[in-house]
Amino acid sequence: MSSIRQADSQQADAPRAESVLSLRGIHKTFGAVAALTDVDLDVAAGQVVAVVGDNGAGKSTLVKILSGVHPPDSGTITFESREVHIPTPAAAHKLGIATVFQDLALCENLNVIQNLFLGQEVRPLRLNDVAMETRSWELLRQLSAKIPSVRVPVASLSGGQRQTVAIARSLLGDPKVIILDEPTAALGVAQTAEVLNLVERLRENGLGVIMISHNMADVKAVADTVAVLRLGRNNGVFDVADVSTEDIIAAITGATDNVVSQRQARSKEGLSS
Amino acid sequence: MVTTDRQDERLQSREGLRGAVTDVVERARGGDLGVIPVVVGLIVIWTVLQILNPVFLSSANLVNLTLESAAVGVIALGIVCVLLVGEIDLSVGSVSGLSAAVLAVLFVGQDLPVWLAIAASVIMGAAIGWVYAQLYNRFGVPSFVITLAGLLAFLGLQLYVLGTKGSINLPFDSGLVAFAQLDFVPAWLSYTFAVLAAGGLFVSGWLHARERQRAGLSARGVPVLALRSAALLVVLLFVVWYLGQTRGVGWMFVFFVALVLIMHYFLSRTKWGRSVYAVGGNVEAARRAGINVRAVYTSVFVLCSTFAAVGGILAAARLAAANQSSGTGDVNLNAIAAAVIGGTSLFGGRGTAFGALLGIIVIQSISSGLTLLNLDSSIRFVVTGVVLLLAVVVDSVARKSRTSHGRA
Repeated sequence: MSSIRQADSQQADAPRAESVLSLRGIHKTFGAVAALTDVDLDVAAGQVVAVVGDNGAGKSTLVKILSGVHPPDSGTITFESREVHIPTPAAAHKLGIATVFQDLALCENLNVIQNLFLGQEVRPLRLNDVAMETRSWELLRQLSAKIPSVRVPVASLSGGQRQTVAIARSLLGDPKVIILDEPTAALGVAQTAEVLNLVERLRENGLGVIMISHNMADVKAVADTVAVLRLGRNNGVFDVADVSTEDIIAAITGATDNVVSQRQARSKEGLSS
Repeated sequence: MVTTDRQDERLQSREGLRGAVTDVVERARGGDLGVIPVVVGLIVIWTVLQILNPVFLSSANLVNLTLESAAVGVIALGIVCVLLVGEIDLSVGSVSGLSAAVLAVLFVGQDLPVWLAIAASVIMGAAIGWVYAQLYNRFGVPSFVITLAGLLAFLGLQLYVLGTKGSINLPFDSGLVAFAQLDFVPAWLSYTFAVLAAGGLFVSGWLHARERQRAGLSARGVPVLALRSAALLVVLLFVVWYLGQTRGVGWMFVFFVALVLIMHYFLSRTKWGRSVYAVGGNVEAARRAGINVRAVYTSVFVLCSTFAAVGGILAAARLAAANQSSGTGDVNLNAIAAAVIGGTSLFGGRGTAFGALLGIIVIQSISSGLTLLNLDSSIRFVVTGVVLLLAVVVDSVARKSRTSHGRA
């Protein structure tokens, strides 16, 4: 498998010399509603960026813009130092931006191999299931996935295992950036831990990870940077290492939404980008 | 050495013959019944009918049964395809009737060569399916409604095409009628087919097992493969021998079985087949995986109507006539019932091409057995209805069991 590049261990700690993906001044309106206003976001290789925000803050819209479901009204997307347009999901996939949606989009009646290779089967007219099974195992082992058999229907897997399958599938196309939409929303304690391990493994493999989450504990556990959205605007970017959960929540809810904190947020953003 | 796919310690090791048997039993317990209910149902039906009328299991009657199965069986094969994507085609009866009428008018009325008449009928079937697909894809009308409209409209068109006479006989000396009524596979060739089928199963299984072994995956052992092929060989040889006591195996039935095998290959071994199952399982997931969902819908609607047209041609050939009642009555429901009895889920994403073969044999057995008993068609309808209901109940119970055993 060549799809996952080995990262040297320093990469995660190194200062973000350049972002693999950066958004500048993204606007998106649905009718009269401004879903996103002047939103910026940066992700570097080997970095986990958590995007947090209350309901209606624009997290899902941001995901949809990056995954090519909706085009932005204005603003620029820079991917690997090139300005790009992402008009369709296929275009996002081709660029190397993979998205794992909250509902995972797996076919329950198909088994793990069939789901992993759905739409990109090996040898279309005489399926090569041996090659596909071998590669499935390679992928799952790379993620240290705990799936006993790949020949069982996805319906029989637990929530965490399904999340693993969905993430493994997104890795098939050799992505540079992977977007996880609420990866732990419906999971139990142990399964959440499994998925968080997985996210760390993605970072070790040198991928840029954007993780949408509601769960502060998860964010604190794996993210390097937290970007807060509030009512469709940036409301601060924090380094996880030196921010408390209370501060993040304050930014999400807008409890500190005053002139002073806005100035601080702006200066922080200025530093980080 | 532990193979790549057997490294997880939670997996129980099941190897060799005993392991294969345990696997089957376990799967059935978990509600993954496969063809077991149909086979059990068939045995029950055959036993009861044989007790009621000793002629039922006679070679002559079974030969008839195979020939009668072919036409509706081909239609059921198309129904399996649309059911797999979770849609339905209620107009297959009317389309088959229209196809028979077009064939008869072109062949007998217009004196065109028979192959041209057949081609015209088949192309018309495909065109009807294409129109359905356009209506479904572009306007989002439920397939139930589109094909219900088609049922009426094409029945009307069939009556119009047949004109005032209402019935056209196909000449007996045409190859088409001979194919459906008189042409049987010579005994030596039937036995050859049986041996080839069993041999083919073994060789393909063995090649696959070798490929898996080379890739470091677990593979079926030679004893399991040999046993499977031997079982198939015994069954096929017995069938050929028993049918050979009278007229033998009809070419039309061979044609039907060949279509089933081809569809089985396309559904299980090609990218197209995968996408059909995926669309039936979760349309949104299929779309996000980059599958052209519209093309998949178009392909299955076209296939279904085409198979319906082919079935109509076979039915006309079998009857040596096309008339106003071709494709009417119970043809529609028999085809759908055959697909469902054969284990195709009405909710999409589950079923096989072999389901059509097994299902139509069940339906035809009931029909033939009750005809032999001189029972009125009223009773035949009731019994067929009850069997269909039983099949759906078994499917639902198995579905629940699958859910509780985590096999969905």
